[in-house]
Amino acid sequence: MQKTTRLGAAALSAVLALGLAACGGGSTTTPTSSGAPAAGGATGEFNGALTAVVNPSDKKGGILKLANAGDWDSLDPGDTYYGYSWNFIRLYGRSLVMFKSAPGKTGNELTPDLAEGLGTPSDDAKTWTYKLKAGVKFEDGTPVTSKDVKYGVERSFDKEVFPDGYTYFNDFLNWPKDYKGAYKSPDANTDSAIETPDDQTIVFHLKQPLSNFDYFAQLPATIPVPKAKDTGAKYKEHVIATGPYKFDKNEIGKGFTLVRNDQWDPATDPNRKALPDGYDVATNVNADDIDNRVLAGDLDVDVTGTGVQPAALGRILPDPAVKAGTDNPTGTRLWYTSINGNVPPLDNLECRKAVEYAADKTALQTAWGGEFAGGQIATSLLPPSIPGHEDFNTWVPGADNKGDVTKAKEALTACGQPNGFETNISYRAERPKEKAAAEALQQSLGRVGIKLTLKPFPQTDYFALYAGKPGYAKDNKLGLAMNGWQSDWPDGFGFLQQIVDSRVIRETGGSSNVSVRDPEVDKLIDQAMEQTDPNSRNGIWTQIDKKVMDDAYILPNVWAKALLVRSKNATNVFVNDAYGMYDYLGMGVK
Amino acid sequence: MSFLELKDLQVHFPTDDGLVKSVDGLSFALERGKTLGIVGESGSGKSVTSLGILGLHKGGRAKLGGEIWLDGEELVGASAEHVRTLRGKKMAMIFQDPLSAMHPFYTVGSQIIEAYRIHNDVSKKVARKHAIDMLGRVGIPQPDRRVDSYPHEFSGGMRQRAMIAMALSCDPELLIADEPTTALDVTVQAQILDLMRDLQRDFNAALIIITHDLGVVAELADDILVMYGGKCIEYGTAEDIFERPEHPYTWGLLGSMPRLDRDRTERLLPIKGSPPSLINVPAGCAFHPRCTFEDRTGGKASTEVPQLVETEGGHLVRCHLPRDTRRSIWETEIKPSLEAS
Amino acid sequence: MVTYIIRRLIWSVVMLSIVSIITFAIFFLVPRLAGATSEDMAARYVGRTASAEQVKVAAEKLGFNDPLIVQYGRFAKGIVAGADYDYGPGVERCPAPCFGYSFLTRLPVWPDLLDRLPVTISLALGAAVIWVIAGVATGVLSALKRGSFFDRAAMSIALAGVSMPIFFTGMVSLVLFSYGLKITVAGGTYTPFLTNPATWAYDLLLPWITLAFLYAAGYARLTRAGMLETMNEDYIRTARAKGLRERTVVVKHGLRGALTPILTIFGLDLGLLLGGAVLTESTYSLPGIGKYAIDAIGRQDLPQVMGVTLVAAFFVVVANLVVDLLYAVVDPRVRLV
Repeated sequence: MQKTTRLGAAALSAVLALGLAACGGGSTTTPTSSGAPAAGGATGEFNGALTAVVNPSDKKGGILKLANAGDWDSLDPGDTYYGYSWNFIRLYGRSLVMFKSAPGKTGNELTPDLAEGLGTPSDDAKTWTYKLKAGVKFEDGTPVTSKDVKYGVERSFDKEVFPDGYTYFNDFLNWPKDYKGAYKSPDANTDSAIETPDDQTIVFHLKQPLSNFDYFAQLPATIPVPKAKDTGAKYKEHVIATGPYKFDKNEIGKGFTLVRNDQWDPATDPNRKALPDGYDVATNVNADDIDNRVLAGDLDVDVTGTGVQPAALGRILPDPAVKAGTDNPTGTRLWYTSINGNVPPLDNLECRKAVEYAADKTALQTAWGGEFAGGQIATSLLPPSIPGHEDFNTWVPGADNKGDVTKAKEALTACGQPNGFETNISYRAERPKEKAAAEALQQSLGRVGIKLTLKPFPQTDYFALYAGKPGYAKDNKLGLAMNGWQSDWPDGFGFLQQIVDSRVIRETGGSSNVSVRDPEVDKLIDQAMEQTDPNSRNGIWTQIDKKVMDDAYILPNVWAKALLVRSKNATNVFVNDAYGMYDYLGMGVK
Repeated sequence: MSFLELKDLQVHFPTDDGLVKSVDGLSFALERGKTLGIVGESGSGKSVTSLGILGLHKGGRAKLGGEIWLDGEELVGASAEHVRTLRGKKMAMIFQDPLSAMHPFYTVGSQIIEAYRIHNDVSKKVARKHAIDMLGRVGIPQPDRRVDSYPHEFSGGMRQRAMIAMALSCDPELLIADEPTTALDVTVQAQILDLMRDLQRDFNAALIIITHDLGVVAELADDILVMYGGKCIEYGTAEDIFERPEHPYTWGLLGSMPRLDRDRTERLLPIKGSPPSLINVPAGCAFHPRCTFEDRTGGKASTEVPQLVETEGGHLVRCHLPRDTRRSIWETEIKPSLEAS
Repeated sequence: MVTYIIRRLIWSVVMLSIVSIITFAIFFLVPRLAGATSEDMAARYVGRTASAEQVKVAAEKLGFNDPLIVQYGRFAKGIVAGADYDYGPGVERCPAPCFGYSFLTRLPVWPDLLDRLPVTISLALGAAVIWVIAGVATGVLSALKRGSFFDRAAMSIALAGVSMPIFFTGMVSLVLFSYGLKITVAGGTYTPFLTNPATWAYDLLLPWITLAFLYAAGYARLTRAGMLETMNEDYIRTARAKGLRERTVVVKHGLRGALTPILTIFGLDLGLLLGGAVLTESTYSLPGIGKYAIDAIGRQDLPQVMGVTLVAAFFVVVANLVVDLLYAVVDPRVRLV
């Protein structure tokens, strides 16, 4: 999943932080007074919305105000790849299944939305069937049929028209040869991929077993699109709603408003409370300004959910009253360092162990932005919010996490490199945090004689030409590579497959997996893909996590965290683990 | 009382280095229809005097002392606002360099109209007609067209004529001309001087001509006042000054008078040295460091400040040299050398 | 005069063409020279998981494989004659002047720019009125009371004004007045003038003042210096000798003389601002040309960057022309040949 980038944010916030400090407490303490617990009832406590609903209420009405420092890649369900967009899109679109709108781990659970139940797989997990609920209508009153769902998926196939979206359906469904999507192959028979035996039934045919297809079915591309109203690239200007809200005014680049959709029937929808009367969304708003406004109660949500800017961080953390109104969820992103077994002497497990032991994880945490904005020190791959995560620490870097020099030196001796060795560490030149992390490693590994040389590369070609191209990495001795990964949904497949399956590594480059090459891991992945029972499947993901750590191909740094500010005016505020941010479906207005 | 009378006028400027006594105890009187020439080098205080009479030092840093009586009214003690209403109307001034003295962004006509309408409650149309009349009177051809020209579109002489037209637009009773011809060609100088003489006769105004050049006032002035270091050092009728000058400085001015038949820069009896500092005025006679005859004063020159003393019939001189010595030096040493040239 | 204007207009068109060529070169030629392939250029227009084949298709579709001269020609032709764009189910006409079509927002650039222009114009003109009045008045008073407490205080504030970046003063003022005292609106609020003039002005009040503060400071210093110079001119003495009131002397003669450099700077400042008050608009999240520019650059949306650069250049070129023409009006000594 992509993260939004915030323009010039770093420079801006640095100056602003100075400025706000300089202008004294007078103006900046405003949120403190209004944030006092007595003021608006319970504003809750720090991290209060992680596991429980803050300000629970069933009161309807009001307008929820949201702002975005950037802009949606697209509001079109077939063309959006931001996590916050998938969270938000549930307000106006209904996919086959969805994540429960609930705090904590419950948010990770899938529940039927358009469909009557979760998908029914065939024995080989290659065919998945969904039955649609009766009575679901588009905003114009037209009933939704399985053909509309099929058309939505077919149109999203065309990546020329919809370049922002993902390619899961393109890659996994059994499309006819030379299929080019709904616009360029309008007459193709696509029954080999999707069948609609009747208006309420839709059947997906996959090329390979996929035990977790329900996660595919929650993707926005399964939101139905009426073919008659489809305007291609311009559909995002007015998406035909199936959810409780529809578009009223939409000015791309500035913002849009949502109003109630009178064709939405709550009887067909147990998942949505639809409390506010509407939503007012501004886009391309100054990032620091958003923080200030949310803190002042002038705005309800920073819709991107990626956390406050450094300037605001400096105002929130020192003030307990303000901090009590914030949450610090751990997301589904892991920042890590790949240890490339192709580069000697890292082909020796003992040398890789030495790296794992010697690394100062507290220094890495600081490099990534600290405890609140950076992340939680990671001991394995799977983040805590993803099912299958288990707490274990294969290579304990000392009790204080500052690195275990003794054990590292023992490992080096066992590796035949008692005085250490030299290798390179690559990172993306445009990312100061990756550079800081690489420098932290340079320092802590230097303590045991492992000398690292920093190698920055441009981020656009980082995987295609440099760190992700096996030949280049080997020839240029890129023993370590800074890396990061976030899953598209909270599931072992979504999180692990792309970074531990050795079969995704291509000699031509471009893979995110730059170091894990273990046939046993590959085998385990295949097993998981065929295991339709979620519990057994999650057990396999745990096994894979442990195996990769045993191999010491990856040095986990931190699981990313973000500091979110709770709105003073909103009810039903809680963090949904599936998105790692506030759930926009539940929120109401006081 | 005369039309204009200055009594012990003092104009002092406090500066960081000390008090600058630009004008220090100046007195003279002038009647309507008469012309006074104030002559001196730059820094002698002659321009400061004229600005003082116009009240242009008011509100500034200058400290004024003494009395200025204009037509029975005392001006030093009068309010700035009252003096302003007299300025341009009762007394007017012609400045040295008409190119810089006229606003480059307004037409000549509009600048005259402005001057006229401050003191006369008339319509723009009437004022414009008046401006054209004035331009015609000062000898500008096609005044109805030139009225809309900008100063830079005029020649130097024309510009000075326009300047005079502006000064005369409100029929002033006192006209002060500060170096009215200095910026002009020699031939044009004569025309302007002629013009001023004619106009003075027509308007019956009192005229003060300020110049460093005795030649300018030779034919125009009734009386001449020679200033040096902020003080009057010789005062008399034009005849007194040209025929019987008694102060060594005046002799020097006469000697350095440019003449039409000679190169301007050539000076017969140049005055040695440079004008005195107005902060540290030389002790005794301010002129003594430059005076050729200082040794004939019996040592008084550097110790005692000479008084302005009447020699005869209103001819005043401020000099330590005994009267006879002065006359004999003029007759035997100065006059022959001036005539020989 | 007429020939002068015609010549200048022709020259302006040439200038804009040159600007468009340079901008085009910066965004299309320089990456090529730096070794980027047409696929690299197309990579930002496709999703993150796009396959190499998809990128290739995109590069072909966007015309990145054509020679640069052909690409520029296509761009130039769009401005003059319009262009067509495929939006999936059909083809959309982008009528002239077509400054291109953003492949990221999938919207034509020109209507976007037109849509944002009123915001920038409102911001720039409103601020200009404030800064000219405040700056010039302060400068005049400072010059007349040189060395006084007012002068020193005003000039210190002016120094602070020109030194403080707008994203600092802007943010501080927002926190103070919008979120603290709640007497002004929050950033990102804009009401079109025609909808409600009062709300329009109220919404823009804080940006106006902040922006004007920055400029007023400079104008105060400029005016003060100019006034100190002109008030020593001979023509000021002449004006006083006429018996003019001091106020008339200061305003009609003194200020008028000091106005020329102020007017010059003002024209150029206004031209630049109309091309987008980048920092102010982004600080206050105002959807104007400047915000559009910074968003476009951040996304590396080339057609948008091209369009916004040309619009900004247009305003600067026009401002230059207007300033030169006004010069002749202000100073009769200047002749247009």
